[in-house]
Amino acid sequence: MSLDDFFHDETFFGDYTFKNSPRAIKRFPFPFPEDDYMYSVNMEPHVPGRPGSVFEHTFDVDEHYVAEMRDRARVLRDDPLRCQSLPHMTLAGWDLLELIMESFARDYPQWFSLTKNGNQWHWINRPLNIDQKFTFLDESTLPYGPMEYITRQAQGDFTLQDQRNDNLWIEAGMVTTQADWSLDFDIGMSFHEWHAPVPKAHEMGVFDRALKFLLQLQHGAPVRRFNWTMTVDPLLDTSPENYPKWGPGKTTLTKENIGQRQHLRVELQTLFRLPRSNAIAFPIRCYLCSFEDLVTQPKWARRLHRVVRDLPDELATYKGFIRNRPLMVDYLSQFDDGAPTSPGWWPDE
Amino acid sequence: MSVGAAKIPVVVTEVVEVNSLIKRFRFVREDGGQMPGFSGGAHTVVEMDDAGTRRLNPYSLMSDPGDRSGYEISVRRDDTGRGGSAYMHREVRPGMKMLISPPVNLFGLDLRAKKHLMIAGGIGITPFLAQMAQLDAMGARFELHYAARDRELGAYMPELSARYGDRVHRYYDAEGQAIDLTTLLAGQPLGTHLYVCGPKGMIGWVLKTAADLGWPAGAVHSEEFLAPPVGVPFTVELAASGKTITVGAAQSLLEAIEAAGVDAPYLCRGGACGQCETHVIACEGEIEHNDHWLTDDQKAGCRHIMPCVSRFKGAKLVLER
Ligand code: HEM
Ligand code: FES
Repeated sequence: MSLDDFFHDETFFGDYTFKNSPRAIKRFPFPFPEDDYMYSVNMEPHVPGRPGSVFEHTFDVDEHYVAEMRDRARVLRDDPLRCQSLPHMTLAGWDLLELIMESFARDYPQWFSLTKNGNQWHWINRPLNIDQKFTFLDESTLPYGPMEYITRQAQGDFTLQDQRNDNLWIEAGMVTTQADWSLDFDIGMSFHEWHAPVPKAHEMGVFDRALKFLLQLQHGAPVRRFNWTMTVDPLLDTSPENYPKWGPGKTTLTKENIGQRQHLRVELQTLFRLPRSNAIAFPIRCYLCSFEDLVTQPKWARRLHRVVRDLPDELATYKGFIRNRPLMVDYLSQFDDGAPTSPGWWPDE
Repeated sequence: MSVGAAKIPVVVTEVVEVNSLIKRFRFVREDGGQMPGFSGGAHTVVEMDDAGTRRLNPYSLMSDPGDRSGYEISVRRDDTGRGGSAYMHREVRPGMKMLISPPVNLFGLDLRAKKHLMIAGGIGITPFLAQMAQLDAMGARFELHYAARDRELGAYMPELSARYGDRVHRYYDAEGQAIDLTTLLAGQPLGTHLYVCGPKGMIGWVLKTAADLGWPAGAVHSEEFLAPPVGVPFTVELAASGKTITVGAAQSLLEAIEAAGVDAPYLCRGGACGQCETHVIACEGEIEHNDHWLTDDQKAGCRHIMPCVSRFKGAKLVLER
């Protein structure tokens, strides 16, 4: 298959031509292992998973890669503050660049290649038409800082957390595909501070335990977790900065258009200890799937109906869909015959 | 088992006698590949098979973090200890195959610092060797004050002075030299971070002096690896696994748990990281808390124990493990 056949030419704003292929629907990371949902310290080792799944490789590069990178460049043009790195985080940026380049070149040799001669590196990114020779650890040899350079070529948002005083501090990031939070607002905060808006989880001790775990995270032993929310239209950039542009769209959902316009938004979040900086990288990879595509898998349709119907109000409010919940439940109930669902999130074969 | 990453199979390529107490070891990967990168201050846990006793001791990485061809550690022989360092000195020679853990850093540099002020005592120099190499490569500002008993035992002193010039200050106890800490700490520029690694007494002295002079706790960093102390044998019940084990005099509780085939988490094996924390279900007697992790209240409460370094005296100890 040629590059152009695999990578979609599509948009995530305006005319919203984003579409999942049947293969992408089948491999969508449906985040609910059970028929109900509550916050927990849901972390597991990020080890290679089923071939073809989004866990097959360290980083998943899929059919939306080229279009997502174009969308990121567009968002950055309008608002350069979506990418920030405090001065002491440059070394962590190099660590991240190395991690992504090595992983991409190893896992997708047909698209990416990295050759090294000491600190003289040669990076080729065929889908984006990039051929770059540079000196590792020398910022003056790249067109952007190391974190910005590489995250303009990698799907998903990225944040870098420095570790000190038994806490993590969010002090660098590339954030253009976020579920309604702002790097510009959060930068410099500690783990509990940036999580302050989340309901219930603090009282449940989720963040105390998660932080304790992360402070011990070892290089070479990454972990992953899921988060999810709901988005009307396949808009990657649901930022607070642009809320006036997308927020009102929630009021235009109807019984007729909900199947196409309402999307389940899933974040596959991974956590890596970085070697030279001792910082933690937090890639947040966003996957979108419309309700009408999701219900093609009967197990997912039944389960999503039950999860959305029974979710505590605080969570539905925080995730921003309490207003449209009745409409969603109404739509999804058509596909739930009450039959039991099998454990785990994989679709039934 | 430690959480996470797989052990690294290595070959010992060099054993160098640095002085009468210290030997340096160099490890390269058995498969010829590159070592994982690391940050200055990180340690590795070296696995030893000491005549049937499995020992796992943490040692700071002292080599240049920019050099991924191998790792180096320095080991000071402790003749009164449990035998790990004696084993390294006695048995380990070039060509030998060993297992080491991937690096973990519990003593990281604060890269926001405008200046890094380092205070080392004796073998406590090792993490600073890696940190200075890293800072030097980054062009960052640092200063080392390094005290040793005498010239013979001041490992790496001449090399450090040669490489870093007047950024290195040396002190010999035997010649009556001592760090004038109060003056040193009082004269530092704003944004300086203070790091100390060495014997217990030195760490306590530096932390207290800094606190008395009003240094913010967040700007002061220390590392002390505790070797698990030798003690009197004791018996422990492991409730979850239904086993009763005896901890030998020169064995740690963690080692005894592992020897019984029970999986237990750890990272530092030196009472610093918190990973091995275990709930105490019943305790008739006294726990000898030797760790830096539990708070004083927790230690008094007898509900938690750190098996990597702590021991027990009494009639009955039951752990949730
Ligand atoms: C260190 C990396 C992490 C970063 C940078 C991060 C960042 C964030 C941010 C920015 C939010 C949105 C808060 C807001 O509303 O403004 C959030 C939400 C949340 N985070 Fe994290 N987080 C991290 C790790 C974790 C981990 C390890 C857990 C594990 C339990 C966790 C659990 C949550 C939960 C439950 C929410 C609420 C999400 C929702 O309901 O939509 N986070 N996180
Ligand atoms: S293993 Fe680190 S405190 Fe016990």
